[in-house]
Amino acid sequence: MSFLEFSHISKAYPGVQALSDVSFSVAKGAIHGLMGENGAGKSTMIRVLSGDQHADTGDIVIDGQVQKYASTRDAFHAGVIVIHQELQLVPELTVAENLRLGRFPANAGVIQARQMFSEVGEKLKSAGIDIDPRRKVKTLSIGERQMVEIAKAIMLDARVIALDEPTSSLSSRESEILFALIERLRAEGKVILYISHRLDEVFRLCDSLTVLRDGKLAAHHPSLENVTREQVVAEMVGREISNVWGWRARTVGDVRLKAEAIAGDKLMQPASFEARAGEILGFFGLIGAGRSELMRLVYGADLRSGGTISVDGQAIRAVDPRQAIRAGIVLCSEDRKHDGIIQGRSLEENINISSRRHNTRFGILNPRKEAEIAETYIKKLKVRTPSRKQDILNLSGGNQQKVILGRWLSEQGVRVLIVDEPTRGIDVGAKSEIYEILYQLAEQGMAIIVVSSELPEVMGICDRILVMCGGRISAHIDRNDFSERAILAAALPDKKTPDAIAS
Amino acid sequence: MTNSFKKILLGDQGLVVIFVLAFALVSVFVPNFLTERNMLGLLQSVVTVGIVACTMMFCLAARDFDLSVGSIVAFAGMVAVMASNATGSIMVGILAALLCGGAVGLINGVVIAKFRINALITTLATMQIVRGLALIASDGRAVGINDPNFYQLALSKLFGIPSPIWVLAILFVVFGFVLNRTVFGKNTLAIGGNPEASRLAGVNVDWTRIWIFTLQGMVCAIAGILLASRITSGQPNAAIGLELSVISACVLGGVSLAGGRAAIAGVIVGVMIMGIAENVMNLLNIPAFYQYIVRGVILLLAVLLDNLRSSALGRR
Repeated sequence: MSFLEFSHISKAYPGVQALSDVSFSVAKGAIHGLMGENGAGKSTMIRVLSGDQHADTGDIVIDGQVQKYASTRDAFHAGVIVIHQELQLVPELTVAENLRLGRFPANAGVIQARQMFSEVGEKLKSAGIDIDPRRKVKTLSIGERQMVEIAKAIMLDARVIALDEPTSSLSSRESEILFALIERLRAEGKVILYISHRLDEVFRLCDSLTVLRDGKLAAHHPSLENVTREQVVAEMVGREISNVWGWRARTVGDVRLKAEAIAGDKLMQPASFEARAGEILGFFGLIGAGRSELMRLVYGADLRSGGTISVDGQAIRAVDPRQAIRAGIVLCSEDRKHDGIIQGRSLEENINISSRRHNTRFGILNPRKEAEIAETYIKKLKVRTPSRKQDILNLSGGNQQKVILGRWLSEQGVRVLIVDEPTRGIDVGAKSEIYEILYQLAEQGMAIIVVSSELPEVMGICDRILVMCGGRISAHIDRNDFSERAILAAALPDKKTPDAIAS
Repeated sequence: MTNSFKKILLGDQGLVVIFVLAFALVSVFVPNFLTERNMLGLLQSVVTVGIVACTMMFCLAARDFDLSVGSIVAFAGMVAVMASNATGSIMVGILAALLCGGAVGLINGVVIAKFRINALITTLATMQIVRGLALIASDGRAVGINDPNFYQLALSKLFGIPSPIWVLAILFVVFGFVLNRTVFGKNTLAIGGNPEASRLAGVNVDWTRIWIFTLQGMVCAIAGILLASRITSGQPNAAIGLELSVISACVLGGVSLAGGRAAIAGVIVGVMIMGIAENVMNLLNIPAFYQYIVRGVILLLAVLLDNLRSSALGRR
């Protein structure tokens, strides 16, 4: 018996047919996976479900009733809660205040704080979420914030909960807690729509699955019995992908980047490492282990309190990103929205923002050259966009990531490329493409540093892994000695056995 | 029909279309509007707002704000008059005014970019300080111009068109070029779009912001010199409330207060719409008190239109 039904949904944006005639249904008490590459239409589907966007044609039916909501508020009242990748919490308010926002327990306008905290505390406890309701949201980790978002859905008595890439910034331990919570919601008869790129998670959690490709329904599996991963991947990309990683041996040259005794506020102890020409060096660790923080210090994005950096044997100052870029160090940040894309500006401008300094004369731009560079990298990186003039905000996450890569590839004389979570929120097909780009750059002699919280990824593509834990480098492992067990053991702050997490 | 009309109105050039339509309408229905004399008068009346709008556009595009422009215009006008009176050289007067305007802008820029003080607060403070300086310098009185040649700055004509209008036109062209075709302009827009991402992409954010304010100060000085020449004296109370007219004109022209979006064509149209509205109301003998209401309504309508346009584009 289907509870949630999408019926012939179509939606067009300027220049893109985001969804065309998509229909599928989900049963009550089921976790339904929604998969597809970037730009396949998953996000649009969710926006339509959440009332944020209107479908051009088609209906959403919940429990036999056609929903005609005009806004997210109406969707809300219909019991539909969407938990976006970008969390919608107020950082300065406490957990309890966030959960009761808009519905504070008040007496003549005065908030009954004690009552609120105890009520929310109980709800959290009964849902198995171990977070103090008095803490301010800004003090929570990303994983904890995710839990609070889900708690919000629980408190609102949602009938349909859609989760958009919920584990993309979670450590494996946090993911486990999340999965337990989702399974609990299923047992209560909720409909869960689970959007993810991660096959492992989908196969582990979901009862049924829909695959979208290029805005169309590519496959619908009412049950996942007899469905293989290879089959789903093929449905997503429309072709077979044999080896996602595609790692191959490379000759490794001299030391390119040497970072010594790098110190900063968020590091427990000064960190030293080096990366060689042609090498892909991985940094693995749980969220908060200090990987991104270390990279930001090397890049000059944050203020170093000590340490020296040299490129090809030459000491450089790199106290701000401009100097780092000029010395040949570039960084693709982990937080694309906040630190990467320039909202409201075109792809062309986003690509050229740094490298244009090579093509200017007396500060005057060369529009033809900039157009040429933009077209080159749009083609080379297979960015899906109607034109180079498109606002970058209208692109899917993976395509935005490619544009940022294009920004750095168009720079001249890059010697060290640091990519922080290069494939976060990116589909399988685009992932292999990005890895292939990294391999080629390494073969050309760049030193590549990959920061990732996805263990299979760092193990799959790196030549060497440095593990970070609690703000310091805890292990150094060569490709020949890669093992999940060893890496996880070094990444875990307490001495828990890695098997509990790896399983 | 209605659909394509809607498309044009909500398109990129929607404001220009509205402007052309409005212009055609008033030309036909308002007597004496489309005469050479009135056209020149109209352009003369928007010179101050138009000149300052050139750099205000950069300020807003970079997500900043400058409230001190009116005070700088008055102060620079005073400086120009007093310095040329004292030295007997108009050139020295002009240079002194540009220097003083630029200095105030530089201070604004350094405080905002380096000390990270909110632009609204910083320029609210300098707005008052600079107005105070102008009043102190002249003891609150207007300062007359000694050298009659100073009047020629505003009165002289080239091809029958008064020089201030030429200055305005040149500044529109120059700053239009700077915005679209230079690294400085693109960096300004990028900073407005996302300051942190711009910094990480190697843009010298502090330097750019300081320059924007310094330029703003210097451009205000140009407006101040021309204004002083036109009103034949340095007036410490000149250009009060100018900042609001300028920001209105920019917003009317589609410059986003959230930063990252600006176009010189829009700013020109914004300045002209404001000027025409005032001009037409004067021609029709509408009492000045009502003009405030009309200006406010125009601004509101323009912003509402902009909002409709953004949502039509599917931007959030």
